[in-house]
Parts: sequence; structure tokens; C-alpha cells
Amino acid sequence: MTRLRINGVEAEVAVTTIAELLAERGIDPKARFLAVAVNGAVVRRAEWPEAVLSSGDAVEIVRPLQGG
Amino acid sequence: MTDPLIIAGTKLNSRLFVGSAGYPNQQVLLDSLEASGAEIVTASIRRISLEGYAESLIDLLGSRYRILPNTSGCVTARDAILTAELAREALETDWVKLELIGDRETLYPDVEQLVRAADELVRKGFIVLPYCNEDPVACQKLADVGCAAVMPLGSLIGSGMGIANPAAIELICSKSPVPVVLDAGIGTASDAAYAMELGCDAVMVNTAIAKSHDPRSMAAAMRAAVEAGRLARLAGRIPKRSFAEPSSPQLGLVGS
Repeated sequence: MTRLRINGVEAEVAVTTIAELLAERGIDPKARFLAVAVNGAVVRRAEWPEAVLSSGDAVEIVRPLQGG
Repeated sequence: MTDPLIIAGTKLNSRLFVGSAGYPNQQVLLDSLEASGAEIVTASIRRISLEGYAESLIDLLGSRYRILPNTSGCVTARDAILTAELAREALETDWVKLELIGDRETLYPDVEQLVRAADELVRKGFIVLPYCNEDPVACQKLADVGCAAVMPLGSLIGSGMGIANPAAIELICSKSPVPVVLDAGIGTASDAAYAMELGCDAVMVNTAIAKSHDPRSMAAAMRAAVEAGRLARLAGRIPKRSFAEPSSPQLGLVGS
């Protein structure tokens, strides 16, 4: 199990890569307008299948919403 | 008349930027954006719900408008820079409306951090449009670090108080080496026209449209106001005078 902080919430997940994490959370990794950062650095979409997550990582998964 | 606004080499035919938040429903938002004639529509960047991904409205707007992501809610340069980088990845745009809030109650910008974050984002290749104080010095510093435009506030965000300090806005417009987009405080169409008459290159409106009784009509009104204000600015207002000047001829008066 990997202990992650996902969008500010602690979670234990049985995944290794960002692509696996998205799938585990019910997010289609091919969906448009998604972005991911790990420990304050953006990870490009092309790297999601290989980007390995380690215990203690802080992951941000974001998308655009209405705004002013 | 073609009178495009050029920001960072991009030609825009509309001088009205519109925000996408706070409309009664999705259809009213779509209709209002259409009525506004805007090409640039702002969006925020937020954590997705971990309850499952649903299509965001931006998925729908993204193909029709140039989406300008903001860094709203950020209070540190670090968070604003990360938000801009996430926005670039999510929306495939280098443009960012940089907001760095120094006071949560008034939503006044934190100028010191704003200039620092703008500088860093410009170095990272972003086209930075900062929401800033109506302060000519702050605007100059933002232009100096390479911002593509400046977005001084008319009055507090969402206040509808119009242009609280028109002399300052006029001064900024007369000195700014980059386009000036009046942001925040617009309450109704005349405020938008006034901003343009003062010399602003464009106006950004969200709440005044979204929270009006009829957002579609207010969007159309804002479009007309921005066009009217721009035309009046180009035409040139007459000087103000404190005495009357009859407009009809004084010769040939009946009974003289």
C-alpha cells in the first residue's frame, strides 16, 4: 500500500503510478482538461503511465471550473 | 470598423472579457457568453472531486472560447505559480490571469508577491495578465517584469461599486506600455463605458452580468457599452467647462 495525500486528504492506495491512481479514483486519464502535480511539481500527461508514486507524496489533481 | 485589441501578439476583436462564475444555470451562462460577444472567458483551477469525475462546463466552453485560467484564491506566490503551471497543463495555454490575494476580506492584491510571481511566470514562458491595484507604480513594475497586460481594479471584486478612482485609472492608461484591462467592480453598463472612455483597452466583467436579473440582456448591454466607450474614447470628449456655451447660432434671433 502507498500512503498518499490526494487533494489534501490522506489515503492508502494500492497503486504504483499516476495513471493507476486516476483509474482507481474513477477518473479517465484520457479526459481533457486534467492536470496533476506531485509534491508541487506538474507531471505532464505523457508521463502519467510511468510516473511512480511513493509513500508520503502529495498529489494534486485539478481541472478548470467556472471562475472570474 | 476594425479596431482589434492586441495582447502578446494575439488579435482580439472583442474588448470585453467575461467571467464564467455565478450564473443561475448553465444555459444562462452559455446564452450570456454568446450575447457578450466575448472571445476571452475566465475560469478557475480547482481540485477535482474525488467522488468521481464529471464533465466540467469548461469542457463545453473550451472549444468555443479562449479560456483564460486564473489563480483566484491564491495567497502565496508559490501556490499561484503552481496553479498557473497546472492550468497550462490542463488547458494547453500559456495565458494566465494572475491573482494573488493579500487580504481575504477585501480581496485586495498583494503587490509585492504579485510582482515576484509575475516575474517568475514570465521567465517560465507564460503570458501574464495580473489583477492588480489601481496604482500606476504597481502597473509599471508589472509591465517592467514582462506582463502582457495589466488588470487594475475599478473597485473591490464583486462590489459593483464601479470605478472608485477614475483619475488613477486614467493615469495608468496614459502611462502603461501594455494594454490595460479594467478588472473588478463593474456594476452596470455605464461603468464599462466609462472605463473605456478613460482609456482602458478592455474591460473584464463577471458578477455584474451573472448576478443581474437578466444576465443575457446585461451581457448584451456590456457588449454595447464597451463598444460605445471605445468609440467615444477614439472620437475624443469635449473639454469640460463651468459655464454655458449655446449650441444654436446667436445670429438671426427672432425679435432682435
